[in-house]
Order: sequence, then C-alpha cells, then structure tokens
Amino acid sequence: MTAGTGGGGPSKGTVHIVHLYPREMSIYGDLGNTRALASRLRWHGYTPVVHQHHPGAPWPEHAHLLLGGGGQDSGQVRVQEDLFTHADRLRAYAADGMPMLMICGMYQLFGQAFLTVDGTRLPGLGILDVTTTGNATRMIGPVVLDTLAGEVVGYENHSGSTVLAAGQEPFGTVRHGQGNNGADRTEGARVHEVIGSYLHGPVLPANPALADHLLRVAATRATGGWEPGEIDDSVAEQAHARQVSRLLAG
Amino acid sequence: MIRSTLAIAAGKLARHATRLRGGGSALPGLVTERIDPGILAHTLADLPGGVVVVSGTNGKTTTTKMLVALLRAHGQRVFTNPTGSNFTRGVISAMLSEVPLSGRLDADWAVLELDEAHALHFAAAVAPTHALLLNVARDQLDRFAEIDQTAQLLTRLAEQTTTGVVLNVDDSFISRIHRSVGPDVSVGWFGVDPACADRLPELQEADVREVDGAAALPVTADASLLLVHDERSFTVTGSGADVGPVTLRQRGLAAMINATAATATARAVLGERFEPGVAATTLASVTPPFGRGEVIDVDGQPLELVLVKNPAGFTVALGTYGSEPVATMIAINDNYADGRDVSWLYDVSFESLREQGVALTSGVRGWDMALRLQYDEVPVERTETDLDAALEQFLHEHADGPKRIFCTYTAMMHLRRRLAARYGLARFGEDAQ
Repeated sequence: MTAGTGGGGPSKGTVHIVHLYPREMSIYGDLGNTRALASRLRWHGYTPVVHQHHPGAPWPEHAHLLLGGGGQDSGQVRVQEDLFTHADRLRAYAADGMPMLMICGMYQLFGQAFLTVDGTRLPGLGILDVTTTGNATRMIGPVVLDTLAGEVVGYENHSGSTVLAAGQEPFGTVRHGQGNNGADRTEGARVHEVIGSYLHGPVLPANPALADHLLRVAATRATGGWEPGEIDDSVAEQAHARQVSRLLAG
Repeated sequence: MIRSTLAIAAGKLARHATRLRGGGSALPGLVTERIDPGILAHTLADLPGGVVVVSGTNGKTTTTKMLVALLRAHGQRVFTNPTGSNFTRGVISAMLSEVPLSGRLDADWAVLELDEAHALHFAAAVAPTHALLLNVARDQLDRFAEIDQTAQLLTRLAEQTTTGVVLNVDDSFISRIHRSVGPDVSVGWFGVDPACADRLPELQEADVREVDGAAALPVTADASLLLVHDERSFTVTGSGADVGPVTLRQRGLAAMINATAATATARAVLGERFEPGVAATTLASVTPPFGRGEVIDVDGQPLELVLVKNPAGFTVALGTYGSEPVATMIAINDNYADGRDVSWLYDVSFESLREQGVALTSGVRGWDMALRLQYDEVPVERTETDLDAALEQFLHEHADGPKRIFCTYTAMMHLRRRLAARYGLARFGEDAQ
C-alpha cells in the first residue's frame, strides 16, 4: 500500500533536493524530512533526486530545495567551515526564492549569530534575522503552532533561546510548547521561501501541508509549474489531529 | 543505623502495599531513600566482593542478567536489580525484598544495571568497584539532550570506579574512556573479533564515530571478543581460554555481544577463579529477560515481546526478527520512560517488514507509527491506539500462528501485565526460571 497514485504515467519532471550535512546534523530524525519529500514527490508523479552534501564535498550541480537538521554542538562545529564556504551561494539562493527548511541547529546557523553561554559570539549566515543565546536549561517538549500552512505539530529540544529582530516574521505562533524563547510565543522564522524552525517530529511527515508547500515552490522552480497528484494523507491526518487535540486539551 | 533500620522497615511496608495494589517498582525505594538518603552506602559499601555497575544505552538488562548468572555459577552470592528498574530508587526497592532490618545484605557482590544519569547519582553514594560500559547511542534525547553528554556521564562513572572497568572497544565514545580511569584501575575490553568485523554495522547506528576496533588493541590487552560461527552459535575468544561454542536461548547478534560483555566482566571480577567451561554452560541456560525477546505461550502459539526504545535497538531487533513471516504488531507510547519524542522512528529502516506487512499499530502514537511505515511502503492492516483493544484483536485474528510485538517500554509493561494475568506468567521482578 502506498499513499500515492504516482508511479504510473511519465514523470512530471525532476526535482533536486539537497540535504545539508546529514551525518553531522540529523540526530533527531530530521532525515525523515528528506525521506518524506522524496516519497511525496514520487507520489505526486515527479522524479526526486536527493543529494547528501557532506563537509568539503563539491556543491551539487542542481538544487531546487535545501534541507538541514539538528545536531550536537560538536556537529555544528564540524560543519561550520563548509557552510561559510557556501555562504554567498546560500544567501543568493534564499533571495532568489529557493525553498529551504532549516531545523534546530541549522536554523541557528542560518541566523545572525549564536552567543554561547560563556559570551563568545559565533557569526551565522544572516539569512534569517534572528539571534540565539545559549542557555543552561533546555526547552523540550511537544509543540503545536499556527502557521501559514495551518496547524503544525512537532517536538522541540533546544538549549538556544532565539529572538527575532524587528520586522523578522516568525514561522508560527506557539499554541503549545516554548517556541523560540519561551517568552514571546513566536516559533522559528521565515523570509522569502526560507523557513527556520526548532521542530523535530520529524516535522514534514507529520505535517503534509507544509511538505507540499515546499514541494510546490521547488517543483515550480524546477519545471515551471506544480501539478500535484492525489495523495491519501488519512494516516498523517489522524496522527496530526490526535497530537493537536491531546496537546491543546492539556 | 537506627535510621537505616527505620528506612528499611518503612520501605518494606510500602513494598507490601504496592504489591497488593500491583503498583510500580520504584515507590518503596523512594520511601526508604527519603528516610535515609545514605541507605545505599550503608548497605552496599561493606559487601565482601564489591559493587559492579552495568551502564550504557542498549543491552543493560540482558547483560546484567547474564553477568549475575555467571557469577552465581562460580559460587558467588549476588544481589541484583532484576526488574529493569534501573534508577537508584529501583535498586533500593529491589534491595528491600532481600535485606533484613539490620541492613546487612547476604551477598558477596551487588551487580546493578543503572541508567546513565542515575549511575552517576549512584556512584556519588557508593563508588563501584567495577563498571561495565556497553555503548552510547541516540536514546531518549529529550532526557539526555546529546550523545556527547551521555558519553560524558559514563566517563565520570568510570572515573569513580575503584578496581576495574570493562569497555566496548568498538564504540569510540566508550573506548576512549580508558584514558580517564585511575592509575590503579584495570581495563578489560569486549568487542567483535576482527575476523567478523563485517557484522559491526548491524550493532551500531551510522554516525560520525570512527572506530579502530579490537584490531588496534595492543597484544597485551585483556580482551574478550565475539567470534560469530552462525546465526545461533559463537565463541568468546581471548584472555587465555575461549568460552564456547555457545548457543544462547535468546536470538540475535545483540544478545551475543551482550554475552561477550558479561563474560569480559565476569573475567575481570573473578580473575583466576573464572572457569571457561562453567561460563559456557551458564550462558547457554540464561533465559531472556521480560520483554527482551521473551517468548510467551499463547494458546499453543509463541508470542514474542521485543522491547524497542531507540534507533540502534530497533534496527538490531529488525535485523534479528524482521524478515521472519510472523504476524507483527508495533506499539509505540510516548511517556517519559519511552522517550517523549518519536522522531527517532525515522532513523530506523522498516523495509524488512514490507513483504509481510504489519497487522496492527498501537499505543498513544500508533498513528505516527502507521505513518512511519507508510513512508517505507510497509502495509498496515489496522491502527488501534488503545493497547488492550489492539492486543485483543491481534491475539484473536492471528490465533493460529506465531506472533511478535515490538513495543516501547511502557507499552511493553502494559501488554505484559495483561498477558501475565491471562497466561499466568511470572511477575515482574521475579525470575522466570
């Protein structure tokens, strides 16, 4: 049983997904986002190509959508140099409207800076106008957000406390959980088609509307249009609805 | 001492009360610890042999059970915490059934499985003489935050150990700990024999660890290594005399490496007294602990309960069982003891279940499990989040064949309680021998 009707008929086009640093920055299951996008592309009738980008490797020839996940502090240190090698390219892609989903550690690295507990300022890419400060206590637990893609469920686990600069849009508004900093009810950040968020879960399988939003933008860049197939998302909808109702009731 | 006596008396009373109610295993320990916070030190510090702590992410319960059996077979009196209740309060609770009010345990050794965080808490009260450190894998990151942090906890445990540590040579988070032990502390090793190093990936999750393995050990190292003969049979090589060939009563490579770790530790503890022949016979007779590949006879058909709690463990379990054509149920809860974040399910490949399919997904996150399987194109017949209803349907619809349930910790406890009531199984905390 597959959820999709794709598979028959000619491919509607090829979409290239680049997963940044899957070894170092995917300890909380964020690889599931890549898996979800590749499967959904197939189910929609497209051909996915997934590139795993590792530190020091050449940049893939084609890219229509970028993904990044959460890692340990030691993982962030390992990828930082490579990330800055590609900083100008990534900023240009972002400004050009390439869809990106950056979770947790990669969200922080896409911000302006990270201030460690001992006061050191580590610069970020500055694509998202946010600043993160290291904290002694972690923000951990299930989350429900209101976003432009509807209600989004996930799981946060971060010690960094993130603050949006004036004018920076959040990804969502917190209805359950802590979000960016536990204080202002914002979660994540978005600019152009770039989304930064703390949500694991992983977030895309659990929120198919968000996954399809990213795919629509990516497929349009790749092929000039978006012709979604019929996908049976009833299982995802059950999982989603149950999390929303048990968390908002509690 | 009066305080200890009072604490033990109160704990015994609480234990009696919770057993009447069929309640949890940690409460009596909590009562005792509240009255006498030094209870562990008072009771365990004077044991004639010592205190052996078993910690690490995967395999604690099985390995501890094997180690206890090995020591007992060598004539040692051993106190242990057999319930898998691996917090300090669980240890105290286990103690309450065996300790007289005087507080003196009738044992030579205490062999205790301890959760990584609680091992350190325990070591602050009682410095272990020996520590067996199994592995570090992604597990309950909502509690431990990072693998690096878990590794740090185990390093500090090794620093507190006074006589000997036994380390996994194939896990660099564990093997590097040898640099942190005291100058008078001996280091023993366990791991996979270089001759079958190709099996290592089945035991570990893929990440950025670099491993030299047993091949890099100096020849003088005290190492016990797993040499796999076939899917059931193996020998523990090294350190003078081989143990085996052995066939365990529990299947799979994970059980074999646990037996290797237990053997290495028994060697460290017993020294000259260790007898390879006794060890081989003993390992072959150890029954799987509750829910760790335990087989329950359900109306003439076997039902296996397999505890899964993290990517490495689930991957190993699927490698052991996945391709067998038996009716399969998967029950996922997200209580504190299960790990509240179910993201880790996406770090496990379920493709080995594709052909056979999954009859039922259940537990609080039963729908999330069904969704995960959908992404691996594994057919799921039904999802029923209520564990009792799911068990009922599963047993009913697959009455005529072998069955298997993969379950997280609290789902396992719940299902086993139901099964115990129906099929007259031993209680938790009592050995099923």
